[in-house]
This record gives sequence, structure tokens and C-alpha cells, in this order.
Amino acid sequence: MTTTTDFSTDDAALVALAEHPIVRVVACGSVDDGKSTLIGRLLAETDSVPDDILDYARNTRRSGSTIPQGEIDYSMLTDGLEAEHEQGITIDVAYRHLYLPSGRRAIIADAPGHEQYTRNMSVAASTADIAILLVDAARGIRAQTHRHLTVCALMGVRTVIVAINKMDAVDFSHVAFEGFAGDIRSAAARFDLDDVVVIPVSALTGDNVIERSERMSWFHGPTVLEALTAWRPSQIEDHAAAPFRLPVQYVVRADDFRGYAGTVVSGTVRPGDKVVVNARGATTTVDRVLIDGVDVESARADQAVVLTLQTETDLTRGDLVVAPGEGLAEEHFPRPATAFAVDLVWTGEEELRHGRSYLLLAGSLAVPAVVTAIRNRRDVVSGEEMAARTLKMNDIGLVEIATDTAVPLDPYSLNRDTGGFLLVERVSRDTVAAGLVRHALRRAHNVTPHAFSVDRTARATLKNQRPKVLWLTGLPGAGKSTIADALERTLHGLGMHTYVLDGDGVRTGLNKDLGFTPEDRAENVRRVAETAKLMLDAGLIVVVSLVSPFRGDRRAAKALFDEGDFIEAWVDTPADVVVARDPKGLYAKAKAGTLPNMTGVGQGYEPPENADVVLDGDGEVETSVDQLLRALDVSR
Amino acid sequence: MSASTPSVESVQAPDPVLDALEAEAIHVFREAAGAFRRPVMLYSIGKDSSVLLHLAVKAFAPSKVPFPVLHIDTTWKFREMIAFRDRVAAELGLDLRVHTNPDGVAEGVTPFTHGTHEYTRIMKTVALRQALDAGAYDAAFGGARRDEERSRAKERVFSLREPGHRWEPRKQRPEFWRTANTQLSEGQTMRVFPMSNWTELDVWRYVKQEQIEVVPLYFAKPRPVVDRDGQLIMIDDDRYPLRDGETPEMRNVRFRTLGCYPLTAAVESTADTMDDLLAEMLVDRRSERSGRLIDGEGGGSMESKKTEGYF
Ligand SMILES: Nc1nc2c(ncn2[C@@H]2O[C@H](COP(=O)(O)OP(=O)(O)O)[C@@H](O)[C@H]2O)c(=O)[nH]1
Repeated sequence: MTTTTDFSTDDAALVALAEHPIVRVVACGSVDDGKSTLIGRLLAETDSVPDDILDYARNTRRSGSTIPQGEIDYSMLTDGLEAEHEQGITIDVAYRHLYLPSGRRAIIADAPGHEQYTRNMSVAASTADIAILLVDAARGIRAQTHRHLTVCALMGVRTVIVAINKMDAVDFSHVAFEGFAGDIRSAAARFDLDDVVVIPVSALTGDNVIERSERMSWFHGPTVLEALTAWRPSQIEDHAAAPFRLPVQYVVRADDFRGYAGTVVSGTVRPGDKVVVNARGATTTVDRVLIDGVDVESARADQAVVLTLQTETDLTRGDLVVAPGEGLAEEHFPRPATAFAVDLVWTGEEELRHGRSYLLLAGSLAVPAVVTAIRNRRDVVSGEEMAARTLKMNDIGLVEIATDTAVPLDPYSLNRDTGGFLLVERVSRDTVAAGLVRHALRRAHNVTPHAFSVDRTARATLKNQRPKVLWLTGLPGAGKSTIADALERTLHGLGMHTYVLDGDGVRTGLNKDLGFTPEDRAENVRRVAETAKLMLDAGLIVVVSLVSPFRGDRRAAKALFDEGDFIEAWVDTPADVVVARDPKGLYAKAKAGTLPNMTGVGQGYEPPENADVVLDGDGEVETSVDQLLRALDVSR
Repeated sequence: MSASTPSVESVQAPDPVLDALEAEAIHVFREAAGAFRRPVMLYSIGKDSSVLLHLAVKAFAPSKVPFPVLHIDTTWKFREMIAFRDRVAAELGLDLRVHTNPDGVAEGVTPFTHGTHEYTRIMKTVALRQALDAGAYDAAFGGARRDEERSRAKERVFSLREPGHRWEPRKQRPEFWRTANTQLSEGQTMRVFPMSNWTELDVWRYVKQEQIEVVPLYFAKPRPVVDRDGQLIMIDDDRYPLRDGETPEMRNVRFRTLGCYPLTAAVESTADTMDDLLAEMLVDRRSERSGRLIDGEGGGSMESKKTEGYF
């Protein structure tokens, strides 16, 4: 461990202020270690709280408080939700402002002390530059101390200020302090931290919080406020010096203007710089860099900019603009990959499901992802790695994930913004995990499908048939399943090898994680189309019976197939007939309002414009079967 | 106590802290505008809304603000506010939508007939819900800040609302890094607060730095007021029921926060320039909500309102 903190206030402080005007701090400690008191005192003594709130802290008392009325109970300054009053503990992350004397702003994320809230602690630590870790001198270093150190280090906090609090309760003993300091330093040595500052304080009496303690004149280090003020980013945290990254959030269009808006998350960018989109394909050149619609000469990390590119490149939200790989170490270029080893902090109520498809969100990027292997779970107290079959809320573990398409993610140690991601459950849309990329496992360019010697033609020849996919679309109740069933019976009778992929069928298995929002319907269609494609490859005649209400989704499905392999058939049944039939009682429910996304009621159905076959769903089933046999080139 | 609060002299453009807060707010604006299908910006005409609007313009320059701006008009706003609103909307070419709860109007709901709490519920909370539902907006930007009130300190930047606009503490999502989970399930909507990390002082310093125009009511001037139970209320029109013997007198006052005139207390002041105003703020260090009569019910009352769907 090297000490990078410099406690002098000089010109360097001005530069630090300009480059890092806001420093983010996570405050952690066990319940009753005195965290609220310490934060409250820091806020009050830097004039960071309004007077009426101070009055509140003078006149309001929690039950059991021994602080006389009229004096400030500093712990009351940071009070929040009603629920918290009742339970007497902090249950969520609160953010507060501290005006540092240097002109810098500190935003303190106050993380809860209760041990089950690893999740909130990791949220608070995820953006923090500094952790203030409280240790109660009367109780010493405990499991919770190790837990907080582990989470802070994992989330990328590199400077830790350890406040050994309640020194008044141990007579301001130098010997006691040195004991704790030694223990803390050896505990911290396990982690890759830049700086650990250990300070003896009394939050209650104010010793070494803002001003140096006369009662601990044996201590020559900084006060808590001084340590906060002196913070400088280490080299690893210095985002301005890192390779350029800009995740595109929004495409700005105006007359003759097409620009890509986003926040620079590392490095700098100037007009004329070479960049690569998604770390793949040709290099292009930055044309203009704009802030607030005005051209600037350069922009650095944390600035919100708009870029224009010299070549006509069609970027969309979620794309990542990066510095080219030449001259950079391999890990400084996020070559797209489909598999990653990642640390997960599980935040969901429901435990991790192996093999289940989640949505991975990184910045503005969204891609389906599956956890393919759980390597271990980490004991956050001992640091020990244990075998695990799942992860539950507040667990941290190492897993492997696979994404649907290749994505450019950085190692988390290089950049929190492009190396950190969320996993979102597809139905509830809750955030179930925060992920931290360790490294890519498989680069996309390494995977080319193996060419097998028995191919589709070989399989089809053996079955003596021409494989095709017949896609039946139409309103719920239009008669798709009835027609599919009759058709399959006929084909089967003719000795053909068939399979019916039915909408309701796949929703109980393959797609049971999907709902009925437009996004989920798209995914439903995509999966069914991919499955049909595999079956086609296996040599089968596949009949798909799926509402598939949106034109765009059906177009995407069709695009997976070669010309002539895919037949789109529209089962055209008038709406009133369908509602009258209502075989599953769905329309009744939709009308009653209990089924909001029902096609034809809550959501529109977009009829095909150029269906290959149009079937009369109100006519004879056998007529429809004949039409379809003709389309398949099969005679009875 | 150390005098570490930024002084008036230190207010000089460009202030690095303000720049950083601005960049963060713009990031949030762009993220939401990219992620949601039908966002809308709530505009209450006050200083926070003026700053919010300024940030929105910056976020999407050189294109126009890509979403409509919604004002919930309770019919009791200061007249100067309404004039200001219409002028700003015209100047910036905004798609301004104004909504008033028609049921409330039909029933003759006023702060005097129905009491402050019920009036606020009907004319603000319910009206907002009506407008959001009618517009089928899936996200609404607001100018709320975490420093406004103690219970706001834990408000998310992306604050999820359940069907019926209910705010449920347990459903709020963890906010890691700059990555927001903007995915919504059936019936959910999002409130988005780009200025979460700003303080009241930041707002004023930014107004000064960027020379943003605000409603003149923020600056001191002789105005007709009555002293109602220790609160100075400006009599903006003749609908205000005066008590026997109560006559408006001209006093030099300004407002720290703007809302419905019968519910917004003025402070006596001589601050008629931005510098005076900032200087006064550094001396009088009361939180701005102390001037809002509807919130005077203590630390938790804001939270109960939020659970009902108040912004
Ligand atoms: N003796 C002593 N007591 C303290 C000190 N700091 C906090 N306390 C007391 O410890 C208790 C818990 O403090 P609080 O700040 O609420 O702890 P939190 O749960 O970590 O936020 C309160 O009774 C405080 O008065 C200190 O430095 N010395």
C-alpha cells in the first residue's frame, strides 16, 4: 500500500477542484457505531444544513437518547423515512451534501448498517471515490467491518478512511488505537486499495472530526474532514488519462445534423480523433465535439457531449464509441464478446435462476443474457470462496454469463461505467443483480459455427420431403390452432415429418419467463422463429401457430430464413366472430380490464400486407388446409 | 463553525461544481428521453423548473426539446407566474400542455372551502394523475432535489411508480453507477429527477451563472400582503377572503418558493438583485420548504403525499 494522499492545501487543490469538483463518499459502519453522529457533525460544522433542520435536531429525541434537549443530537440530522423512525435504523441509501472548505462538494451516500443490506451498501459504494468506515473503539473490529471492506473493495472504492470512533469511551488511549489500526491495516491488505487512512475520533465530542484533538495529541494524521479534503484520484481512477469511451444515449437530429449524445465515461475526445464503434469494424474520425450545442476543442471524462462523425455511420442508442486499439494493451480495447466471467451482487427477492434469460443493461445498452455457470459464492467476512448452486439476495458470487449478441464490455477494474451492468428480470422488470466484469471468456470472432457433415439436405432427403416453415398469424381465437392441427393430421397421414409450434405451448415452457408487453412479444416471436429454424434444419415441416401481432416482429422472423423456406399465412377472421367465439374467455377478461395487453382489445393487431396465403378463418377448415398444402407443394 | 459555504464572491462562471451537476442532469435527461416512449416534463414555473427547462434545452441542442411540457394549473397560481409561463413557452417554442382538474373546478374546490390538504390532493395530486393518464406518459421529469426535505434524501433519480402512480418504498430500484433500469412492467411509470444532487444554493448560483430568467416574484418589491397567523400572504386578486379588519398593506417582500398564492408565505426582504438574494440566503439559512404551508406538518408528511402520488 502506498500513501498517495497529500494533506497540504496549495495550487494542486485548485487543479483537483477543477478536475474532480465532486467527490463521492460512502459511509459505512454497524448499527450504533456512530455513523449518523459522525455524518451529522460533518454536515453541521461545515454549514451544510439549514437552520430549521438544526433546530429539529436540538428539540427532537429518539427514545433512549441521553443527549440533553437543546443540544444538537447530530444523529437526528440525517433522519429520513417514517418507516425508519419506527424501526430506529436506516433502511435505505440516503445522499447528503457536504460543502468542503476547498470549494469541492462531497456527496455522502449513507449506507445502512444492518448486515442483510449488502445490496444497499454496494449501491452506495458503486459510485464512491472514498469510503468512511466506522469502527467502535469499545467493540473493536467485527465481522461487519470485514464485510464493508469487502464490498467497498469489490465495488471499486480505492481510498478508505477508517474512523476509530468513540475514543472517549476508551480514554483516548493511544495503545488501544494502535491495536485497532494494526488490525485494520492487515484486514485491508487483502484488497487492492490505494490508500487506507486510520483516524482516532469521537463523533460525539468532535475530536479529530473537523479539528485536531488536543486530547489525542499523540496522533499526527489528518482529521476526517482534512482527509476528505485532501483526496486526489489515484492513477487508476484518473479517467481523463484512460482510453476514450462514450456510450451513445441519444441520437440528436436537427436540420442537416445528426449527432450522438452521451457522457464521456473515460478519456478525452477532440475533433479529428480516430474512433471505433463498438470496438468492431473500421476506424472513423470525430468531426465535431459539442457541448450545449456549441463546438469545443476537447471534452473529458464526465462531460455530457454530442459527437458528429466524419463518415456516414448509423449509430444508435446503446452503441459504444471507443479509442482504437492500436498502441493499447489488449484489455484496454473492449473487443465484443458473448461470454464473460463476472462478479454478481444479487439484489433480487427471487434467487438466481441458472439458465434463465435476463436482460443485461450496461449504460444504454440492453441485451438478453443467461447465467451459464455459477463458479462460487464469496463469504464476505472471510473472503473465502464456496461452492454454490444459486445466489440469494445480498450474496456475492462469481458466475459466467452468455449474451445473445456480442457486446463490448470492459473489465470493471478499468471502468465502472462500461464494466458494470445490471441484470433485470423480464417479467417484473426488477433489478435482480449488479454485475462486474472480470474478463471476457470468448471473443465473438472466435466462434464460427462448426460445419457438420450431415446437413439439412441430407436430413431432408432421408425424410423424402422439402422442409418448410409455415407461419400462421392472426387474432386470438381466429382459428390458427384448429387449422394447424388439421393440417398436421393431413401431412402426417401422408407420411410427412412435421411439428406444430403453438403459441400457448411455448409460453408454458420455452417462453414462460415472458409477458405480453410489446418487448416481450418481440422476444417471444424471436425465440419461436429461432426454434423453427433449428427444426427446419432438422428436416421438418414446421407449422407455427402464433398471434405475432406486430409486423416488425414477423418481418424479423422471416429474415432468418432463406427465400422460399418461410410461408406467411394470415388467418383472417372478422373481429366480431373472434369475440363471439372467445374459446378461452380472453376477450371477456380483456373487456373487464383484467387483461390489459390483449391483442385486438388493449393492443393492436397489425395485419400482414403481403401474406403468402390468406385464409378465411370463418370458412371451412378443409378449404384452408387445401390452400396450405398447395403452398407447401404437397398433393393429397 | 468553519465558514466553508460558498461565498458570493466565489460565484463565478464557470463553477466546476455547477458544471459537474449540469453534466449529470443532462445525462439523466438523455437517458430517459432515449429509454421511454412518451416522456413529459413537469413544469411548475418556479426557479427549479426554470433551471430544469434550461438543462433540457442544453441536453438536446441543437435539436428542440423532444418532449412536451406539462403544467398543472390549480387556478390559484400567482398571476405573474402564468404570464411568465406563456411567454417562456412561446419564446422557446415549447409544446406546452396545461391541465386543471375539471371535477375540482365543477365542485368549486378552493383552499378555503376544502382545507389545504384536500385542496392540494384534488387540484394537484389528482390533477397530475389525470394529466399523466390522459397523455399516456410513461415518464415524467421533475425538478425535485434531495436537499429539499429530509425524507427526500433517499429519493431515487429514477423513481418508479406502480399502477395508479403509487410510490412504493420497497419497489424502488437500486441505482448503481450511471446505469438506470428504465424497464417498465405493465402499468408502471417513472418519475425522473435530473437535479437530485443539487442544493437550493446551487440552483441560485446556476441561475446567476447562466443568467436564467425567473419569475420576478423571487425578488423583493413592495407587494400587498396580509399577516395571517404569522405568515405573510400576498393578496394577488380579490378571491382571497379577508378577515374582519384585515387590510392588505404594502410591504417589501419576496418569495423563496412559488406555488398557489394563498398557500405560499412571503419573506420580508430588500433583496432585489441576484447578488443581494444570494447574500441573504447565506445569512438566513432556513430550508426553503419552511415557506410552503402545505408541508408544515412535519418531516414525514411529504412521504405520505408521495405514497398517494403527489410529485
Ligand atoms: N461515547 C460515544 N458515543 C457515541 C459516539 N458517537 C456516537 N455515539 C453514540 O452511539 C449511539 C449510536 O450513534 P448513531 O450515530 O445513531 O449510530 P449509527 O447507528 O451508526 O448511525 C448514540 O447513542 C450516540 O450518541 C462517540 O464518539 N462516543
